[in-house]
Amino acid sequence: MLNKIGVANKDLVLSRFFDEKTLVKPKAILECYEEIPCNPCSTSCPFDAIHIGENINKKPELDVDKCVGCGICITSCPGLAITVVSIKGEKAIFKIPYEMNPKPVKGDIVSGVNRHGEVICDVEVVRVDGHQRHDRTVILDVAVPLIYLHDFITVRV
Amino acid sequence: MIQTDVLVIGGGPSGLCAAQLLIESGFKVILVDRSPVLGGQLVKQTHKFFGSKEQHAKTRGFDIANLLIDPLLNHPDLEIWTGATVLGLYPDLVATINQNEQYHKIQAQAIVVASGASEKFLAFENNDLPGVYGAGAVQTLMNQYGVRPADKIVMVGSGNIGLIVSYQCLQAGIQVQAIVEAAPQIGGYKVHASKLARLGVPIYTQKTVKKAIGKDKVEACEIVSLDDQFKEIPGTSEVIETDGICISVGLSPSYQLLDMIDAKLGYVPELGGTIPLIDDNYMTSVNHVFACGDGVGIEEASAAMMEGYLTGLAVARHLNQPHPENEQLMKQYTNALNTLREGPFGYKTNVGIEKMKELIRRA
Amino acid sequence: MRIEKHPILSFTEKKDIPFTFEGQEVMGKEGDTIASALINLGITTFSHSIVLDRPRGFYCAIGNCSSCQMTVNNRPNVKTCITTLEPNMEVFVQKDKGVFK
Repeated sequence: MLNKIGVANKDLVLSRFFDEKTLVKPKAILECYEEIPCNPCSTSCPFDAIHIGENINKKPELDVDKCVGCGICITSCPGLAITVVSIKGEKAIFKIPYEMNPKPVKGDIVSGVNRHGEVICDVEVVRVDGHQRHDRTVILDVAVPLIYLHDFITVRV
Repeated sequence: MIQTDVLVIGGGPSGLCAAQLLIESGFKVILVDRSPVLGGQLVKQTHKFFGSKEQHAKTRGFDIANLLIDPLLNHPDLEIWTGATVLGLYPDLVATINQNEQYHKIQAQAIVVASGASEKFLAFENNDLPGVYGAGAVQTLMNQYGVRPADKIVMVGSGNIGLIVSYQCLQAGIQVQAIVEAAPQIGGYKVHASKLARLGVPIYTQKTVKKAIGKDKVEACEIVSLDDQFKEIPGTSEVIETDGICISVGLSPSYQLLDMIDAKLGYVPELGGTIPLIDDNYMTSVNHVFACGDGVGIEEASAAMMEGYLTGLAVARHLNQPHPENEQLMKQYTNALNTLREGPFGYKTNVGIEKMKELIRRA
Repeated sequence: MRIEKHPILSFTEKKDIPFTFEGQEVMGKEGDTIASALINLGITTFSHSIVLDRPRGFYCAIGNCSSCQMTVNNRPNVKTCITTLEPNMEVFVQKDKGVFK
């Protein structure tokens, strides 16, 4: 499915996720499913939590114990393939990369979208981080109903 | 006749990198480019690049262009000619150039042809209608000139260029009606495809454009499904309303200048088509004439940069004035280039390079 | 169709450049090529094919394909995609192979 329509199937997605206990703290979800010559996620991580190795074609592996969910990898990834997620009660708080206009503001309720581009729910934008160090990629913190933990991937404003 | 040590034709990533190491080796260099600005295709790339630190990974393309260009500006040993089209290349190492309707001749001890590549075209009915654009052309209009050439497009081809330009169209406010790919799988990086799928762009494999529809410009396009032999499946025709059809079916190396001096050429489909045959030092069959970048084989900008550096080093050695760090840099850039080509996306390039070497052995 | 706001690029307000297209006064912006100025104005036909008189437009944008050639200031076969727009240029749809009078 990834090779035909660009959408990772449920098994692939789950292979990058962690259990709900682990996600009490924010962790990076590296949705990089293909070998391509690329390693800035690994070289940018200040906690050495992303491993690729000498052959930069290898897929990144997350050392979940080292990962603190800082999100530096989110805007280092040229493929916008990384999000950070943590679970707070009945909500999953996602940090996602966003490079479209219009940009939402804190407090906005916007559409939550799945990997197929289908609207699945309403989500609340709880933080907008457009710091210069992210080089024009904005990080949105978004509160998503927990039931969509493995479906939600981005917003449509 | 203007005399110089090395003439570099083409100011894209490979030309810029070659020029950089040549001036570091102490040569007088003239760098010419027909565009009004240097940077080649990098100046239109708004996305962050892949590769590793050496190739400026996670830096946006147009910022990489500036990183490569800045150290060259105002360098006493480098003359930069923009808006300068090379009209002809001659066996006595002379290039004739038109700049602002003035005709110039430059003779050098060595020439590096870094002329890049050109978009391939696709045969389908009415493919000459205005509104049929190369994908790179749409990218140029949007990102370099701030102009939207259409409100909606259909993208033909799902290689990296097709996927990246589709995403950039969305960022520029152009609706992407569909991406159609003739092969059974998406050609480019799946992360690019995923970005588009989540933004609601449908990607269809085993489909292609059959006809552009419109009176004086594109108003719609007809797409059809293909079987495993790439033959049209009858009865699968669909018409999509659109005012732009972007063709992104690959690039062809621009070898034409080298053909003028009878450099040996060869046809290697894995490298994009007809290419100049080059040795391990990026020298063509014409002594003192070198070539690098997309002009010798279609790859990514990251590879073009590494090839440019290696060619700069090779020319310096050839002219008996090697770069002060020749050994170390050769090793570094060769390793980097091999690493870039080590994964599944490098497979085709490696096959192409082997074929080229075979053509050289037989020549 | 100028892009005003872009999530990555900043397009600053540029100076107007007046020129004529088919005798009509029109505007481009500083930094435009002739082709980008015309496309912004919604003009899609740059020339006609020699035998069948079919409309021809812009294709590659970097000076390779020769699809965008027009007659500019009486000079034919000007590659408008790589020619910078200058004030008061007279741009015409090219009607034939181009003869430099």
